Amino acid sequence: MARNDVLVDADWVEQHLDDPKVVLVEVDEDTAAYDKNHIRGAVRIDWKQDLQDPVRRDFVSKEQFEKLLSEKGIGDDDTVVLYGGNNNWFASYAYWYFKLYGHDAVKLLDGGRKKWELDSRELVDDQPQRGKTSYTAKQPNNDIRAFRDEVVDAIGKLNLVDVRSPDEFSGKLLAPAHLPQEQSQRAGHVPTAKNIPWSKAANDDGTFRSDDELKKLYSDEGVDFGKDTIAYCRIGERSAHTWFVLHEILDQPQVKNYDGSWTEYGSLVGVPIEKDV
Amino acid sequence: MCGAPVQDLSLEGIDVATETVIQGTVTRDGQPEGGAYVRLLDASGEFTAEVVTSATGAFRFFARPGSWTLRALASGNATKDANVDAKQGDVTETSISL
Repeated sequence: MARNDVLVDADWVEQHLDDPKVVLVEVDEDTAAYDKNHIRGAVRIDWKQDLQDPVRRDFVSKEQFEKLLSEKGIGDDDTVVLYGGNNNWFASYAYWYFKLYGHDAVKLLDGGRKKWELDSRELVDDQPQRGKTSYTAKQPNNDIRAFRDEVVDAIGKLNLVDVRSPDEFSGKLLAPAHLPQEQSQRAGHVPTAKNIPWSKAANDDGTFRSDDELKKLYSDEGVDFGKDTIAYCRIGERSAHTWFVLHEILDQPQVKNYDGSWTEYGSLVGVPIEKDV
Repeated sequence: MCGAPVQDLSLEGIDVATETVIQGTVTRDGQPEGGAYVRLLDASGEFTAEVVTSATGAFRFFARPGSWTLRALASGNATKDANVDAKQGDVTETSISL
């Protein structure tokens, strides 16, 4: 993979708005955004309702994912273009999720909803009508998903990249600064993790920085490109953004996203934690 | 939840004594600017958080005490910075006019 295989810009999307084999999907945590308006023809995937099991903390099963995509009118051979708010965090998460279930023709709209809005491009409020499909997913590819024991085993051995803000990394804050701070888990980070906030990989308008800037960023911060990497954040969506940068744009072969992230790790009994405050 | 919630300026249900709240409104030509992006940057200029303003131009952050920069971005390449000093137990109110 390389940048041109995995990212499209807003002009490309405008040129493909009426292409029947290209399905635009808006992915948000705040679903009110899609209800208000969205790119013409885009269907919605709700990060929580559609992609998380309603009872256990885990993904939806292969069968549930197949049902979801069939209902959304997405076929196995369609090219899916994902975009969303929050600088594409949840769209990146969905991208990783589509890859996990084996959908190869998936791309991200560079800059997401924000760049589109800042450009004052067209947004509509009518819902598209797509016929149902019979989608078939593959077995989940856990080569790109890290679980808690792998994270503990990776301490001092692999690249651990903590993509939260510096104050969350140090333990001063337990959640991003737009959320209230009361939480149950312990504050801090996984020992030997490097703090490389996701935001360093993006420009103010939400687009990704250039390949050269990205390579320099991670090597300057101590990521050894010869080693495997695990990225994490608080719930795994900001780290999906960094997983996208490392695995898809920079073509690093062994990169996993730890979706349990700090809300799991910071609640585990007996695991090592480093805290700077 | 990890994304920014819908923004409004009501403090109902929030324990203000333990939080360090920075909030306010974004305006353009005296009118509230809904759908603008407000970024919270720490004292070194590092990105900390970002929210989208409500229809009434409102935004809010839960930070920690200290100096912060707020940066508003809106359509037409409009951008404006504002510096604030936040204290725990206080609600720091700021308005940003583009």
